[in-house]
Amino acid sequence: MSLLDYFRSTKKNTASTAKERLQIIVAHERKRRNGPDYLPQLERDILEVIRKYVDIPADQIAVSLEQRGDQISVLELNVTFPDDKR
Amino acid sequence: MAKIIVVTSGKGGVGKTTSSAAIGTGLALAGHKTVIVDFDIGLRNLDLIMGCERRVVYDFVNVINGEANLKQTLIKDKRTDNLFILPASQTRDKDALTREGVEKVLNELAKDFDFIICDSPAGIESGAMMALYFADEAVVVTNPEVSSVRDSDRIIGMLSSKSRRAEQGLEGIKEHLLLTRYNPERVEKGEMLSVEDVKEILAIELIGVIPESQAVLNASNSGQPVILDTESDAGQAYLDTIKRLLGEQVPFRFLTVEKKSFIKRIFGG
Repeated sequence: MSLLDYFRSTKKNTASTAKERLQIIVAHERKRRNGPDYLPQLERDILEVIRKYVDIPADQIAVSLEQRGDQISVLELNVTFPDDKR
Repeated sequence: MAKIIVVTSGKGGVGKTTSSAAIGTGLALAGHKTVIVDFDIGLRNLDLIMGCERRVVYDFVNVINGEANLKQTLIKDKRTDNLFILPASQTRDKDALTREGVEKVLNELAKDFDFIICDSPAGIESGAMMALYFADEAVVVTNPEVSSVRDSDRIIGMLSSKSRRAEQGLEGIKEHLLLTRYNPERVEKGEMLSVEDVKEILAIELIGVIPESQAVLNASNSGQPVILDTESDAGQAYLDTIKRLLGEQVPFRFLTVEKKSFIKRIFGG
């Protein structure tokens, strides 16, 4: 590192920010890609049903399908309710 | 038996056509009879990059429709022996390429050629899907930049699920990462994703790193594949890439900043 760099490098470098963001989004998209085609629609439908009763934002629901062994797949539904709506 | 290699990326403007031209020319220079097929229907550009735009008479879609035969349509490269170009059509009909039609043409080319390079259009629509469907190998062209890396990852997903090899349960497409427009100076400053970063995220084998280079624009300006500019860094990096594609072990070059003067080392820059 040169002298000037020493005084310059106060900000976090943007390349590592890019890498972190990519790792997260790519992992997320791969998971979705490997799931069945109906999963996104299922997620939307479940969200609609819940929204009939409680107003929650779209990112507060997560649906995932996990393969456990050869015989069993587990559908996991994770909904975070806002504090004041309980 | 011909080997079919798709040059693909998802994102536009990352260097697919430049790379297709360089790879096709490089394979022909190495003595393999090679054809480069432009799959970008409607937006033909390979002819310009190869400098044969005024010699296009018939195109890919004419051959599929039986309006011309391959012999009439293929353009023989004037500089490089063993090299031919199959230009794309400029029709606006996106569905002009049918899977049966493409298969028929590729089968016919396979009788005659060692390598068929498929220059894919950007995006994930039918043209891009058609370009990758019959591939044996894929060169995934990626820039060290977030949107390009993300799109490459999507294309890698398609290679392993939407190709002929995937559908028929054959051995998967061999995927190669080609990193283009690489700027070692910006990487050292922490402003650009490094080779290692991109390799880690995409997790496919690295076939080449092409430095950001003035030579690429000069080459396209004059309609001459950059690999023929053997003095240039980009030209040499493509030559290395071809050797790796043909199974040779070649060390990677142009990954670090050229040595600096004493003054620069002290004050940076």
